Amino acid sequence: MTLTAHRKMQLYGALLLLPAAILLTAFAYLPTVTTVINSLFLPGFRGAPTEFVGIENYQVLFNDPTFWKVARNNLVYAVGTIPTSIALALAMALFVNGKLRGRGFVRMAYFTPTILPMIAAANIWMFFYAPQIGLFNKLLGALGFSGVNWLGDPNVALGSVIVMSVWKEAGFFMIFYLAALQGMPPELKEAADLEGTRRWSFFWRVTFPLLMPTTLFVLINALINAVRVVDHLFILTKGGPNNATNLLLYYVYENAFSFFDRTTAATITVVILLVLGVVATLKFTILDRRTHYQ
Amino acid sequence: MSATTYSPRARYFSVPSLETVAAWLLAIIWVFPLLYAFWAAFHPSEFMVRFELFAPLTLDNFVNAWSQAPFARYYLNTFALVTGVVIGQFVVCTLAAFAFARFPIPGKNVLFMLVLIQLFVFPEVLIVENYRIASELGLINTITGVGLPYVASALGIFLLRQTFKTIPRELEDAARIEGCSWLEILWKVYVPLAKPTYLAYGLVSISHHWNNFIWPLVVTNSVESRPLTVGLGIFSAPETGVNWATVSAATLLSIAPLLVAFLLFQRQFVQSFLRAGIR
Repeated sequence: MTLTAHRKMQLYGALLLLPAAILLTAFAYLPTVTTVINSLFLPGFRGAPTEFVGIENYQVLFNDPTFWKVARNNLVYAVGTIPTSIALALAMALFVNGKLRGRGFVRMAYFTPTILPMIAAANIWMFFYAPQIGLFNKLLGALGFSGVNWLGDPNVALGSVIVMSVWKEAGFFMIFYLAALQGMPPELKEAADLEGTRRWSFFWRVTFPLLMPTTLFVLINALINAVRVVDHLFILTKGGPNNATNLLLYYVYENAFSFFDRTTAATITVVILLVLGVVATLKFTILDRRTHYQ
Repeated sequence: MSATTYSPRARYFSVPSLETVAAWLLAIIWVFPLLYAFWAAFHPSEFMVRFELFAPLTLDNFVNAWSQAPFARYYLNTFALVTGVVIGQFVVCTLAAFAFARFPIPGKNVLFMLVLIQLFVFPEVLIVENYRIASELGLINTITGVGLPYVASALGIFLLRQTFKTIPRELEDAARIEGCSWLEILWKVYVPLAKPTYLAYGLVSISHHWNNFIWPLVVTNSVESRPLTVGLGIFSAPETGVNWATVSAATLLSIAPLLVAFLLFQRQFVQSFLRAGIR
């Protein structure tokens, strides 16, 4: 290959990349940079030039109790949804991987919430959570208990949102465990049966450790979702009561489009970007060094 | 083994094991919300308050939902959005993946890592700045504005690059000897062999954009561009006072095409979600 031909190839490759490069710059890299810049400046009043204030916006944000409440909510939301979803996903995968009557139906039942829009799922769960006519309170009433204000009581609301999210996510994570289980060498089980190993100890000593890469993979996905998906809040609680169910991205939305405070919105976005950066680093360092059954 | 012990197979056809009961119980809990929505949508609204299994069936709720909000238009918008996004993604991601898989680009690995960043930094995370950029491009309240930020998809580029890399070079060389140009080689050799990847990625992308909410909510402000999810969100907001039976009918209307497609092509859906891994 002559040098000119090589140059031609390079140019051609660059041209092929161009559309993606332009779009990624416009909607990913450039907005990331401007978000960081906006978090370091204060807009001037009535068209006055913006003023560089360094980390002042961050100081203001970190002194705002509402921000800490929302950050704490997001942490509780993550801790509440992730381990439960993962444990359920693993149980579901073990159920439908074995000999089970009506396996096809059961697998479909687990996976169906995954393909619903979050908005539709939230609408459906409204029928359960609503104060007077909601199904949960009707059941409680029939059993002689007083109803619970599932979405209106600050102590319960976040829990209600978490339960719905677990229902929505577990089936999606199940498919990764199922694929990993089906990729496991059957000799392991046969050998264990010959040895007379109990099922429970086989699970803890063989299956579970072998599923570790899958668990990490699912964990990364679940972490991203805990930060990224806030659609259900628009229907269920609007972040209320008194910010009891507000999460970081919803708080960004509120600041930008309800309070028209772009600076605070940008500053919180940078916090979210840092969290996602940590998750990405986890993925590219821990996960990509292991094999993943796919 | 003594003769009195049962073989596991024999037990499988008798009393259901604890595991089977647990599996089925969980499955019933998992489909129940959807079944309840179905029940609510096909019965008069007064039965939302007092449940009767054999209450009269009705289609009124669907008629009401369809007439109270421009769902036909929302459907059209969602169809246009999903079609446009998927076609755009196929074209843009194919070109980029081909470059990454087969061309000697300086700093290729760094560039590819840069692309992968978009797997974590989604358009909806940068909602404020993306809104500003969309408005500078005059894309507010357009279907293009809803879809364009997603067209250069890191996931699409990643999956297609992986597939293209596995295609043997001999096929490409044969095509070149026949005098094919680069784009012809891409079109005649690479794209046909990557069909399963296109199918998997296409399905995942369709479900994602059919269901997407927060970015469309921000970027649209009228019936002309609003997709189904946003229309449904506005329609069923508690403060509008629409009755519940109608809300469940509207909810079912919004999810019906995707749900039917899923029930018909379950295996492909599950396989696709599995292959795409990160949505």
